[in-house]
Amino acid sequence: MFRIDFNKLRFLVCDDNPHMRRILRTLLHSFGAREVYEAEDGATALEMYSHYVPDIVITDWAMPIFDGLELAQMIRQPDSKGNPYAPIIMLTGHSEKRRVTVARDAGVTEFLAKPISAKGLYQRILNVVASPRPFIKTKTYFGPDRRRNTSSAYMGPERRVGEKHEVLQQPSLLDKARSSI
Amino acid sequence: MAKNGAKDIEVKAFATHQLITQPNPLRKVLRRVEDKDDPVGRAEQALAGLSGEFKDWMATEVNRLSAAYVAIRNDGFTKDRRDELFRAAHDIKGDAATFGYPSAAAIAESLCRVIEHAPDFEKVPAELFTHHINAILAIAHENTKLDSISVSAELSRRLRNVADDYLAHVNRDRPEHLEAIFAPSIVPAE
Repeated sequence: MFRIDFNKLRFLVCDDNPHMRRILRTLLHSFGAREVYEAEDGATALEMYSHYVPDIVITDWAMPIFDGLELAQMIRQPDSKGNPYAPIIMLTGHSEKRRVTVARDAGVTEFLAKPISAKGLYQRILNVVASPRPFIKTKTYFGPDRRRNTSSAYMGPERRVGEKHEVLQQPSLLDKARSSI
Repeated sequence: MAKNGAKDIEVKAFATHQLITQPNPLRKVLRRVEDKDDPVGRAEQALAGLSGEFKDWMATEVNRLSAAYVAIRNDGFTKDRRDELFRAAHDIKGDAATFGYPSAAAIAESLCRVIEHAPDFEKVPAELFTHHINAILAIAHENTKLDSISVSAELSRRLRNVADDYLAHVNRDRPEHLEAIFAPSIVPAE
């Protein structure tokens, strides 16, 4: 059985709600994490991201001024001086399918709909630690590989041209968002 | 944690994109264990340890929601006030079930849908807001009287039906909103 050494991981938590930050801190410390940095808005989180270089970012979506989606987009700048590859877990009250798609297109790695559960959070962290995905850079996207299936019938405008070896079998973000809630 | 350097990153260029791979920078935090360590169970216990504070937290959240609506009613509609009302409702939607008020979460979700999908916020009947907000206040403040599952769940169901009927009517010429309104949630129903 594999476990995560949480005490070697550095987390950045971004949520404007102090109650949710307290819950997240409690859960992460219970998992064994020692380094948990907290921000109450996206702008502060971006500063802390550059300063503390966290291994994993957990962010809310709906926040005033600079929200979690914008935070993800700012982190996923391929030419930035910081690390654009850190896993981003979007923890949000949004529970609509289209929101999962929007988050995915912003470069979010995992999506976890509230209400939060210890099991759901642990599973998302395990996913990003044990099964990191390659990154894709196109003219309009930089982030974890969004392609989750190998439908050869799809001929849409965003169909990538590539080879078989770069197509990975993995469950869709939506299916993963539905599981372990 | 040690980070991968630029030399560890491999980039393969294709006609329309680049595929970027690197050794897993977090591989060193995975370890094989034989013991019966249960981090999820430990975290659930810690969360249960916070539960004594949930009632006060819920009171704070519903007071914020109420204040956000009072600000709109007394001082007029602005985008900032609308956004604050949405965020207050949205926080209750996300947190209330954790705090032990699942029906309040469901009513807050219905309120979020009204705020998000009403084409003209200022034309939404005031009763639609006040009924949602008063129901959440009642569930939170009079927990012992109203939080029987049947009463609060029925209240939640009826408010959702009224809100959905309203949204279906006012969005009848906006198919993209109708699709979003009636798309199933990714969160399983209670």
